[in-house]
Amino acid sequence: MPQAPQTPPARITPQPIREGIDVTVNDRHYRHTGDPDLPLLWYLRDTLRLTGSKYGCDDKSCGACSVLVDGKLKRACGLAMHAVAGKRITTIEGLQDEDGKLHPVQQAWVDEDAILCGYCQAGQIMAAVDLLARKPKPSDADIDGIGNLCRCGSYPRIRRAIQRAAQAMQDKSK
Amino acid sequence: MSGLHDAGRRRFLKVFGTATGALIVGLPAFADTPDALLGQNLFRLNPYLRIEPDGTTVIGVRDPEVGQGIRTAEARILAEELDADWNKAVVVPLDLGVSTVNGEPHWTFGHQMASGSTSVPAAWNDLRGVGAAARELLLRAASERWKTAPANLHTSHGEVIAADGRKLGYGELAEAASKLKPAATPPKPKLPSQYVLIGQDAGDVDARDIVTGRQHFAIDEWFGDTLVAVIARCPYPGGKLAHLDDTAALKLKGVEKILTIPAPDPVRPLGTQQLAAGVAVLATDTWTALRGIEKLDIRWQPGERVVLDDSALAQAAVATLAGDPTKAVRTDGDFKETQKRAPHRFKAEYRIATVAHSELEPPNALVKVDDRSATIIAPVQNPRATLETVRRLTGLAPDKIEVQLPRAGGGFGRLLETDYVAEAVMLAKAASKPLKLMWTRADAFAVDTYRPFSVHQLEACADRKRKLTGWAHRSASTSRLADREPRARWWLSEMHPDDLPAGLVDNLQYAWYALDSALPRGNYRASSHAVNAFATECFIDEIAHELKIDALKFRLALLGEPRKLPYRGHGGPELDTGRLAWVLKLAADAIGWNKPHTHGHGFGLACHFTFGGYVAHAVEMSMEGNRLVIHDTVCAADLGRVINPLGARAALVGATLDAFSTALRQRITIKDGRVVQHGFKDYPLATMAQVPHAVRVILVPSQENPAGAFSMGFPSAAPALANAIFAGTTVRVRQLPIWPELMRLL
Repeated sequence: MPQAPQTPPARITPQPIREGIDVTVNDRHYRHTGDPDLPLLWYLRDTLRLTGSKYGCDDKSCGACSVLVDGKLKRACGLAMHAVAGKRITTIEGLQDEDGKLHPVQQAWVDEDAILCGYCQAGQIMAAVDLLARKPKPSDADIDGIGNLCRCGSYPRIRRAIQRAAQAMQDKSK
Repeated sequence: MSGLHDAGRRRFLKVFGTATGALIVGLPAFADTPDALLGQNLFRLNPYLRIEPDGTTVIGVRDPEVGQGIRTAEARILAEELDADWNKAVVVPLDLGVSTVNGEPHWTFGHQMASGSTSVPAAWNDLRGVGAAARELLLRAASERWKTAPANLHTSHGEVIAADGRKLGYGELAEAASKLKPAATPPKPKLPSQYVLIGQDAGDVDARDIVTGRQHFAIDEWFGDTLVAVIARCPYPGGKLAHLDDTAALKLKGVEKILTIPAPDPVRPLGTQQLAAGVAVLATDTWTALRGIEKLDIRWQPGERVVLDDSALAQAAVATLAGDPTKAVRTDGDFKETQKRAPHRFKAEYRIATVAHSELEPPNALVKVDDRSATIIAPVQNPRATLETVRRLTGLAPDKIEVQLPRAGGGFGRLLETDYVAEAVMLAKAASKPLKLMWTRADAFAVDTYRPFSVHQLEACADRKRKLTGWAHRSASTSRLADREPRARWWLSEMHPDDLPAGLVDNLQYAWYALDSALPRGNYRASSHAVNAFATECFIDEIAHELKIDALKFRLALLGEPRKLPYRGHGGPELDTGRLAWVLKLAADAIGWNKPHTHGHGFGLACHFTFGGYVAHAVEMSMEGNRLVIHDTVCAADLGRVINPLGARAALVGATLDAFSTALRQRITIKDGRVVQHGFKDYPLATMAQVPHAVRVILVPSQENPAGAFSMGFPSAAPALANAIFAGTTVRVRQLPIWPELMRLL
């Protein structure tokens, strides 16, 4: 047992509180204590090992890393951790409900077989979820607004899947 | 199947989620359990099938999935012959199958490659027998159980059924069946009239995992304690490092090592493709490695060989084409003499731009290597070449190298090369740690094996009856095989001697002229078919127009009576002109070729025979101001028997849109000896808004052997579009990409 000091020391150096950036990802709370400039994409992929959001480019041009930040569609490759402090992030892994039931957009993707190589589809699905939240009955022009890239040419099936999901979500809300 | 459940004899590779949500354990390693698995494989070594007591049917797919739908198609072929219950099928990817015989690799699974639409034809040839053999074992097991002749039994949906209606599920018979010896004479595969799966639509077996983000591509895999490497790459093809100061980068927390990858020459024999010189930053995570790259003080020196841009190459091509060909690919009759006497003569020159692969998942590789073994997880199209590369770098015996075949985010020919695997293995060896090599998007554009630039000079002549009597196609390009020995083979990747109109025109010349450039190049979707079909199919359209003959009638007359022409290349041994004429007619009818056309709308046709598949495209377009609107696109295809129409349609629609996207706007340019393009902002892939809402696909029912599907829809799409543009605008675009040239000419 160390002996208690007779008198209080002249100065007590406070222990540093570990500072960090708090984020909520798919309803779980995390604190990021590293580089505040770390792009969200690498935090998701390398730190949390949530690899559904894909790396396709570094300049927000392909959309393979699309996620929702406070419900808004963002491309995670160009979004630093300091910019998402305190925010709620939803990735492709967080779309299913608690029972594991697919989100209507995910289900529509399966039903339309909108796959091909599949690499861009997580981003495409996130973009569709965002679109349908804003426009429950999207026109073709609305769907054209999705700028996520697909080299395989799955666009026509994506379009049909979005229309199918829109219908399913309307039927459900009736 | 007692052996199956003997945990001591199996090595569990993975836990897989099934389509129904249940979990099962992945395939055991084959060498450990050759007799425990149901079904005979190619060389009696490796199984593709396992049946659990509950009837779960695990089907191993041997070919790499790159978006062509092979996991689904191959599993359906096997399940069909097995008469399996598709709802109980679980499809898993196999690793590369290899054993070591006298120090050399012995490939134990047969065909394992994603190239040239060959996976399905190969599976058709040898996996039907695997399924049929397994079914025969199950039938025999049931006949012994019931003491009745196998002839009194039949199978359906994963059950053996007796004449009196008694049933046994495959799961109940699996153990007994696994103890039987396979039949001496292989059972006959089913008759097509008995098919219940082949020819029916099936969704992608990985669909659920893909839409939930659970599907792992190679880029998503990790080992414990893995370093991430990113490479600063020499932007000059063939160039080398001139100066490096890595002090600042090494000070970065998390940067563990900085290693140089030497200039090409010393490592050239190591992979299928020369490596680019580079400086690798090895760090704890991707972001740290990327930041490390930025902190390198680095200068590069161009290589000795000139990297010509397309316009310099075009000049060189025109000069070269004036001389003697590098290879006289085909000479029928006497073109020159026929042309001299012909009343109608035609001439045109087409130029095809260099393009990049731009597959969405950039090259990457996760590697674990030590003195005894190596494990490679990378997106690959050519697993054997991958193994050979690792073998040369490590000296390991073939069976000590595990090459896993994860789903790849597109390949298009880029992943036939193994340069990125070679880099990862070299770095992992030097670091003595598992290593994940990441290529950035900019890397993928700067260090590609590009589809090469080419110039095509075409000449033709017709007699008084306006029938084609002469045809000459002379093409100059930097061969895809250039810089790879033997030199005598370089022409092979550029021109196919039996491609049409060879065999249709009596006096015909095909000749190839070699160009030189240090820019690396390689295979690209449908390879030279896409390039040559553009020149050929546009030229036919030009001739029809000049002769004032309807383009459809002219093409059908050229194809003539249905007959079989010899075809020595991939897709042969025969080319059936009747099958090509039929898809052309179907596409034309569907687009309304012979009906009144909307004023201002241009209609275009094209067709091509690729790798055994017959495809025609018909396009209807118009210009609305400065916007090109594609109103309708039809793709008619005869691919032989189609295993999964849903997948084949996806492949054909995808290839059509990819061809439009590539043909309209994509171009790699060179400035100051380096590639200009860095990313999708200066190399535009078509977006949703830029492609037609639909492509109408017509699949011709066929009893012929399946030809595959992935590449076939690519070659005829761009010329059909260019021909439609001519019809709609009177502007003849003889260049790829089309869009800048169209804007210049309009």
